[in-house]
Amino acid sequence: MKSSIPHIASNTFREAVRDRVLYNLIAFALLLSGAAILVGQISIEIEKLVVINLGLTAVSLFGVVIAIFIGIGLVSKEIEKRTLYTVLSRPVRRWEFIVGKFFGLAGTLTVNTFFMAIGVFAALFYVSHRFVRADALIFVALYFIILEFLIVCSLSLLFSSFSSPLLSAVFAFSLFVIGSFSADLRNFAAMAHGVSRWLATGAAYLVPNFSAFNVITSIAHEQPVAGQLILQNTLYALFYAAMALSGAVLIFEYRDLK
Amino acid sequence: MNHRRKITVIAATTLLLSLAASSFLLHRVDQLRPQATLDEVLFLSSPAVIKRASLGYDGLMACIYWTRAVQYFGYRHHYHAASYNLLAPLLEITTRLDPHLIIAYEFGASFLSPQPPQGAGEPQRAVELMQYGIQQNPDNWRLYYDLGFVYYMDLRDYKKAAEIFQHGSQLPHAHPFLKILAAQMAQHAGEYDTARMLWSATYENTEDKQIKENAIEHLRALRVDEDVQHLQQAVTRFGERTGRLPENTAELAAAEHLPGIPLDPDGHPYKLTPEGRVEVRAPDDFPFATMGLPPGYTSRPALRDYH
Repeated sequence: MKSSIPHIASNTFREAVRDRVLYNLIAFALLLSGAAILVGQISIEIEKLVVINLGLTAVSLFGVVIAIFIGIGLVSKEIEKRTLYTVLSRPVRRWEFIVGKFFGLAGTLTVNTFFMAIGVFAALFYVSHRFVRADALIFVALYFIILEFLIVCSLSLLFSSFSSPLLSAVFAFSLFVIGSFSADLRNFAAMAHGVSRWLATGAAYLVPNFSAFNVITSIAHEQPVAGQLILQNTLYALFYAAMALSGAVLIFEYRDLK
Repeated sequence: MNHRRKITVIAATTLLLSLAASSFLLHRVDQLRPQATLDEVLFLSSPAVIKRASLGYDGLMACIYWTRAVQYFGYRHHYHAASYNLLAPLLEITTRLDPHLIIAYEFGASFLSPQPPQGAGEPQRAVELMQYGIQQNPDNWRLYYDLGFVYYMDLRDYKKAAEIFQHGSQLPHAHPFLKILAAQMAQHAGEYDTARMLWSATYENTEDKQIKENAIEHLRALRVDEDVQHLQQAVTRFGERTGRLPENTAELAAAEHLPGIPLDPDGHPYKLTPEGRVEVRAPDDFPFATMGLPPGYTSRPALRDYH
């Protein structure tokens, strides 16, 4: 039997485009071009740094916001509109629906990131008038940002599979913030004793480690990223997203949709 | 005009008028309530808290704080403020957020170190900033150059400056002039030639337009200081020889066999006051000059609020 995942993914992508998600690109372009022009006038010698830092931070934050706000509605909206019943009445399994939604959202964010990356490089060319070899490192940062999106998408879907959109947004955003402090969480765990140490360590490993994906500052200073980090971050993001997605599939599989 | 069109015209007109009115009123409110506290408040002063709050986007936050430091310094410097209380904390936050933001150390030291109104008059904090920079970027010879510069120019600790230049000269890829500076410092500390060499090196080793302009201003001021010192010595000699003061610089030039009437870097002749003091004609054109200025001269009126 042919899998329905590609169909659901492409529908999710089309729906996101119809919802004018890609309009954020306009805000991004304005932000970046404004910063590129303005910073040269109000600061000293950081035009390139600002374009890289601001550009990549905006790619990351815009993407995370899109991932959360689209992701939390992917399941609940289908239930609300009752389109889910039509989909599931066809030969589509519940897990295929969840996985298809995940790939659709991830695809939307990848396309969005691709256009934003063009904007970052255009702004970089505007301020530097040329590209240097070290600018290629920006691709590594963009790749890490996409890995980050995979995790956020999977978490949004996980929460969306059992909770209301509002609560899902709160959970997903909170996890994003906590995930940015995961290194601190591990340090706290190391300082604790007994049961609390085990609990804190467990919590530290359970929350996603978003700080591992943030190489924006070092890349802005043209510091190379180790190949091992790229490999291990890739595997970490894939396993973590798979874990959250499996949780979403498990919950959705047993969810009473009547 | 149909109903819908009428509504469109009225709504669009109201929108534009309201926008214009609100902008005008905001301008009036700003005039009534000057930026009393905003410039002087650092709502979050802990670099650690700001780093945490940046959620990992600390590079962008560092750029924002650096821009804020530049704006803070530039505004107060423009009005010849007597104090720069927030400058050191702003630079500390910037460099803690991004320890590799070299420009913040380089410029930060040159903002912090000189005496007001040229700078914050905090050379010791400039040294601390540079030491942190060196700790974080131990292979960057420019930081050693800037630290030695602070010791030489503002702390007048020539021995320490020579040590720092020597240390920096041993780093890989260090510019050869650091070695020359170290040697020069040890032999001729405090001389105009050494200061000229430092500013010339600063001029040649930057691509930044503002740093170059700053170096040129200092070189011009050095020439004024040196000229005035020499001319003042000539006036003293003239007085000792003739028992009176020269009438003008032309008489002084003739008596001292100078090649012509002494001119400042802008080509204006130096002025000789009836009391025998040599002065520049346009002191505002030489903001860093320490000699040849009229007694009690302050370059531009300072803002009363900024002390």
